Amino acid sequence: MSVEVAPATEALGKPIRGPGALTGDWRRFWHLTYNIARNEFKLKFFGSALGYVWQVMKPLMLFGVLYLFFVVISEVGRGPNPGEHLYGSQLLGSIVLFGFFSEVTIGAVRSVVDRENLVRKIQFPRMVIPMSVTLLGLFNLALNLVVVLVFALIEGVQPTLSWLELPLILAMLTVLSAGLAMLLAALFVTLRDMQPIWEVATQVLFYVSPTIIPVENVQQRLGAHSIWTHLYMVNPLATILQQFRHAMVNHATPSAGEVLGGWIYLLEPLGITIAVFLLGFWVFNRAAPHVAENL
Amino acid sequence: MPSTLSSVSPPIVVDSLSKSFRVPEERTHTLKERALHPLRRTRHQTFEALKGISFDVREGEFFGIAGRNGSGKSTLLKCLAGIYGVDAGRIWMKGRLSTFIELGVGFNPDLAARDNVVLNGIMMGLSPREARARYDAVIDFAELREFEELKLKNYSSGMHVRLAFSVAIQVDADILLVDEVLAVGDASFQQKCFDVFNRLRDEGRTIVFVTHDMGSLNRFCDRALLLEKGSPILLGEPHEVGDRYLEINFGRDSAAAAASAEGEGGAEARIVEAWVEDERGERASTVVQGSRMSIKALVSFLVDVEDPVASVYVLNDDHVAILVATTAEEHERSGRFRAGESALFEFTFENVLAPRRYSPLITLAHRGTGLDVMDRVDGALSFLVTGAKALGGVIDVPVQTSVTHSPASAAKRTVRA
Repeated sequence: MSVEVAPATEALGKPIRGPGALTGDWRRFWHLTYNIARNEFKLKFFGSALGYVWQVMKPLMLFGVLYLFFVVISEVGRGPNPGEHLYGSQLLGSIVLFGFFSEVTIGAVRSVVDRENLVRKIQFPRMVIPMSVTLLGLFNLALNLVVVLVFALIEGVQPTLSWLELPLILAMLTVLSAGLAMLLAALFVTLRDMQPIWEVATQVLFYVSPTIIPVENVQQRLGAHSIWTHLYMVNPLATILQQFRHAMVNHATPSAGEVLGGWIYLLEPLGITIAVFLLGFWVFNRAAPHVAENL
Repeated sequence: MPSTLSSVSPPIVVDSLSKSFRVPEERTHTLKERALHPLRRTRHQTFEALKGISFDVREGEFFGIAGRNGSGKSTLLKCLAGIYGVDAGRIWMKGRLSTFIELGVGFNPDLAARDNVVLNGIMMGLSPREARARYDAVIDFAELREFEELKLKNYSSGMHVRLAFSVAIQVDADILLVDEVLAVGDASFQQKCFDVFNRLRDEGRTIVFVTHDMGSLNRFCDRALLLEKGSPILLGEPHEVGDRYLEINFGRDSAAAAASAEGEGGAEARIVEAWVEDERGERASTVVQGSRMSIKALVSFLVDVEDPVASVYVLNDDHVAILVATTAEEHERSGRFRAGESALFEFTFENVLAPRRYSPLITLAHRGTGLDVMDRVDGALSFLVTGAKALGGVIDVPVQTSVTHSPASAAKRTVRA
């Protein structure tokens, strides 16, 4: 039963290397990612009579509750400082951005395991799975940002040139979320308690980022130039949210660079973001060939 | 691709392929367990699913992979499909691949046919444009045009399978990997599947087919590979593989230990030995379908016995008597046998039994009803029928078939099979 393997193995066609995170066929990768995300989006959108409304309601409800308690009752953001103006837009924007982050990362945790039938039955680049979760999150984010824009214009936010920073802010947020999506999806295959752990972690991240409490309050407490404030801002999510407030809503709030004590320090959260992405990629890439067997 | 070379080299080449699974004895599935027992190393058992498999599949061939459950055939198919990574060895493939490991993978029950067809097509390697262009052909082949707006969850399982199968064959693959799970559909659907596979083969596609059903192996395959415990046992003609499969499946030794009814037995006579002979008159445990065979019993008498009668009941696995014969019919007056004398009882017949395992039950009785049994051989003897024709019947006798246009009504055809 020996096979005469010709010396020129190229003539034998393409070698089958087994499954991987990526297979080199970028067109197929993109088509699959896009179509899976699109189908999920379609389901959410047209699956129920009020599809779009519910999609937008989720951040709006949270916003409504927080606005009521913090602005109306606790009078956060009602002070005389110019940085406290337009607090509603700041809050809504932060909620929407953070909503994207939590939707993608929490959604990604179970993604590979839940698509077990695909993984075990067909060959395709495994990276498609966390990436389609990320892409679906971006679709939803785009919709929600429209709501933020409408709200901001009503509240009196003036369009400025710094709005051009938005793509950069979103890019950083996407890279961070995608990195964590890959990491969590791969870890969940062998560590099934990743899901509750990450849900708690997301809660914590929500409160240690400037979503509700303006960064000025944090600065007052911890000292404007203390190491603690610096550490607070090194969290990439804090950087992203604060820079969004500064560039998109209210220039009177400090920029992320100012809080860190110089724009050069922005390299720290940026570096963390890239490191998270690379770590996620590495872990997922290593796990991908054996995912089908370990499920 | 250089045409001179590509025409020479086969579409699938597998070179000393090995694959093993690590099976943890105790699975730690949570971080908590890891944290509580940081030093405990999970012990693994290595299970070698495939051991050094090499073969090549020729262009346009219908290639079978046979083996028992757990012999590694599905693992091999998944390695070919690129779903499992391999530990050692290499696989080369030439051309577009379509896998029929499970139909309708990734179908979303909440979406209508179109979205599912397009997504499934992309999964199988089409571009979205190609997938959309083929949608009409797919839906027509599946005969689901009137249901195309329906969500998939409202489809019957038959419709579901039809749609999935249509997508899979519209991919225009050069190589098709087909798992036996396809065989779960109803008979007419199965037939349709095989009609399509035969047509695809006639068009020059290469098909790899995994099965443990020797009937379909014989009917469709040009060559086959037999696996046992992850090792290749035989690569050859389907009927050779089928024979060998039956042998390893049912064990060849049990019948060779021809039954000897020692000990108990009757007080008047005893069946000393019973065995099966093939057409050459040699003792055998396997006999070929369609040849003459004999079942023989050697009896020794302890007392004088008048006109003893022997009967044989050939039982299949389900303990159904397929064949019953008795010496009483032709030799009711078999004569008088004295104490200490021996006699040989023979049953010879044309072996029309379907390929399967059988165990003859032999009884020796006094003349009369045949119920006054002196001795019996039960379960200790068995034999295996091997053969190429396993269409599913219990027996296989020559059947005359004809297909003619009847002059009375040209539309009405008589098909007897």
